[in-house]
Amino acid sequence: MVVQAMTSREAVLANIRAAKGGPADESIPRLYSASVDLSPAEVVEQFADRLHDYNATVHHCTVDAIPATIAGILQTRQKTGLLIPSGLPPEWLPADYAFRRDEGLSYADLDASQGVLTACDVAIALTGTIVIGHSPAQGRRALTLVPDYHLCIVRLDQLVATVPEGMRRMAALLPAPLTTISGPSATSDIEMIRVKGVHGPRTLEVILVG
Amino acid sequence: MSVHVGEAASALPFPEAAKKLVANSQLRRNVRHATNVIRTKRGRVVAEMDDWEQLRDAGKAIKDHTLAHLDEYLLQFEAACTKAGGQVHWARDADEANRIIVDLVKRYGSDEVIKVKTMTSDETRLNVALEAAGITPFETDLADLIVQLGEDKPSHIVVPALHRNRMEIRELFMGKMGLDTLGYQPEDLAAAARNYLRERFLRVKVGISGANYLIAETGSVVVVESEGNGRMCLTLPDVLISIVGVEKVIPRFEDLEVYLQLLPRSATGERMNPYNSIWTGVTPGDGPQAFHIVLLDNGRTKVLADPESRETLDCIRCGACLNACPVYRQTGGHAYGSVYAGPIGAILTPQLQSMEHSQTLPYASSLCGACYEVCPVKINIPEILIHLRTKVVDSGHAPLAERLAMKGAAFAMSKASRLSLAHAFARLGQWPFNDDGKLDNLPGLLAGWTEFRDLDAIPAESFREWWSKR
Amino acid sequence: MVISLFITCYNDALFPQTGQAVVTVLERLGHTVEFRAAQTCCGQMHYNTGYRHDSYTLLRQFLEVFADAEVIVCPSSSCVAMIRDHYPKMAEQLNDPALQARVAAILPRIFEFSELLTDKLGLTDVGAFYPHSVTLHASCHGLRSLHLGSKPADLLKQVKGLTLIELPDADQCCGFGGTFAVKNPDVSAAMLSDKLQCVLGTNAEACAGADNSCLMHIGGALSRQRTGVRTVHLAEILASTEKSS
Repeated sequence: MVVQAMTSREAVLANIRAAKGGPADESIPRLYSASVDLSPAEVVEQFADRLHDYNATVHHCTVDAIPATIAGILQTRQKTGLLIPSGLPPEWLPADYAFRRDEGLSYADLDASQGVLTACDVAIALTGTIVIGHSPAQGRRALTLVPDYHLCIVRLDQLVATVPEGMRRMAALLPAPLTTISGPSATSDIEMIRVKGVHGPRTLEVILVG
Repeated sequence: MSVHVGEAASALPFPEAAKKLVANSQLRRNVRHATNVIRTKRGRVVAEMDDWEQLRDAGKAIKDHTLAHLDEYLLQFEAACTKAGGQVHWARDADEANRIIVDLVKRYGSDEVIKVKTMTSDETRLNVALEAAGITPFETDLADLIVQLGEDKPSHIVVPALHRNRMEIRELFMGKMGLDTLGYQPEDLAAAARNYLRERFLRVKVGISGANYLIAETGSVVVVESEGNGRMCLTLPDVLISIVGVEKVIPRFEDLEVYLQLLPRSATGERMNPYNSIWTGVTPGDGPQAFHIVLLDNGRTKVLADPESRETLDCIRCGACLNACPVYRQTGGHAYGSVYAGPIGAILTPQLQSMEHSQTLPYASSLCGACYEVCPVKINIPEILIHLRTKVVDSGHAPLAERLAMKGAAFAMSKASRLSLAHAFARLGQWPFNDDGKLDNLPGLLAGWTEFRDLDAIPAESFREWWSKR
Repeated sequence: MVISLFITCYNDALFPQTGQAVVTVLERLGHTVEFRAAQTCCGQMHYNTGYRHDSYTLLRQFLEVFADAEVIVCPSSSCVAMIRDHYPKMAEQLNDPALQARVAAILPRIFEFSELLTDKLGLTDVGAFYPHSVTLHASCHGLRSLHLGSKPADLLKQVKGLTLIELPDADQCCGFGGTFAVKNPDVSAAMLSDKLQCVLGTNAEACAGADNSCLMHIGGALSRQRTGVRTVHLAEILASTEKSS
């Protein structure tokens, strides 16, 4: 088995070396825009617009108002509590709601939950993207995947305008797994009609802080 | 070596397959609707990017550069991925890749796998190999599920079931999922798929995926998707096996910023698709604790060997060329007899098979250039089609009547005097078919023309004759 | 200006009236038209169908015939596209630097008919009169290879009496594609049927274009279906005047 794998490896590499000609043009033109000319307020507005496009609900608040904002959202949604990753700042959590830390919960526990509350690492305005680097304030990948409801807190200092700017911040998070989320899960597989919510959380709600 | 591309080697010639499909009014309506929707959305989100052309240039240059150093980047990927806890396998052809994967699934003691949309596994016919080994594969992409439950074939790279409408899908789901009632709105059908797959996502221990990109410098793997089924398959199982063509590697993480802009806008007309997953080997406490990747050749190095057409391997499988293609828009994907349909399929499928099969595919195009115009990595598909046509002709696979006609025309055109003589003969030859100035029932090569169209009779005086009398 | 006409093989045999119209327009504008009788064909059909070696002969012949022509005009967008897009590559394939140089030298002197009028001669009004409603088929090669853009329409808009009606889905191929129509008759006919619907939907009396190959295709179906709508080459419209009509 191992010997055969080595043989195929060498065979494929030999095929490649035999196939490729001389070196191609080595210069890669990168003349696309890495940034845009928008004020910070316009960037925030664009991000919120994009999230609205995705049917995600967006709230704005200050750091101090995070617990009250969360409480208001939970009340509106008639939820009594949410799952949280182990590293989520405790000062964000409102009293009178049940927050359960993910310490080895089973998939069935995640599936049966009322939803999950996390932070994020990076957000990209132009595409309405939230990047989860699965650090302690966001938890393992399953935590933001199996529950049907995801409430995500985005600090404005995490928000950049363009994909290249976002990618530069994402590079610093490697080798952690990265998930980029641009709206709730969706499909257009049936007659190209966009259906919100297939397998990932069907509802995404965002609190912009700052 | 046994390269195969799905069942392309035994597919009907394109014109024969297409003849049946263009007669199917429901299918044409479905395909027309879907491609129109994506084309419109794509047009809108591409137009809002001032730097779209610059992104295309970068996207092409990165791919071309990578192909020129493919061995180095694959080795770099292998080293980085291995260091991060992944296990890298190499497969020369489809059968070898399938064998590696079947052995792995058995080794981990599973008799079922969940799969996220991978064209490469369709290419190798992995599901057939799994089933033969007693392993049940569950397709989890909604469209792939529709195709799998319907024992159908994919008809589009990105939206494999676009040839089916909601009523057809509803009937299929009710039968296969054992449902007594089911609504017919897309929401109802998506919800049925969610319920059907949920329990499998949470239970099955082995996931199988493809990949959109491999990043050489970091050993990371990238999967681009919309529904979340990808995240499920990549995250929940204990074991993840990815099957990936060798051409999918890109040098640096930074390069991804180009493709994450080009791909979603080209593929589905979105600014960004809902989910991208990027993982690097194995992460303790998060996701599968065993990760295997199978790097597949299956004819790709043969494509690489031809300098005139190796840019075929630049393809990022966005499907924009399918949606733009006026031929695809009439026939849908099944006419191409391959998992790779449309213009890209017409150049990729024959090349992967070393031009030994699918020789009608390079002719399945009017060379209108719409594919090249939309390609996010600027693959000059019309030029490659012509190149492959030359290969078909040079290898003696063109029809005899066509070869004779071409030779005759070349002889006539090689001298103006011969051309004048040919005009005279043609004028003479057309008289039995001349119906008041229109030719409406010609034999031989032109029969197909006059089946649907008249041809004006050849005028009594050619331009050069008129000129010489001036 | 002495302008050398490359009529193209199929216009020569099948559409002599188009060539005559080009001559009429250019002479009316005060130019001298010459016709080099040794010309035959650009080689497009052979090249595009995979008979590359036959097309090499035709490339050499074209260069031979037109080597010293000052300005060359061709009333067929696909033939100009063949020359402009493929001749340089063909010369490269032949690995013949002298040939490559000759190709490079001739390219700037070749103009598609509407290019000649608008780009080289700087005209959009050529004094034509054509009292009919007309829609315009763009032709893929004109659109995507020559990037003719609005040039043909700009010329038509200046024609007295002419009503130009925009053709929906103008960027869609009519399904001709040279030997494509012969090798894939069913798909070609399906594409053509869409094009016909668009043409008929405009209610125009005629469908104009800068490439008789597409027009032959569209016109063949218009005729077969007895629609009463005709096709007409741009040059023939521009040749028409109040006196002649």
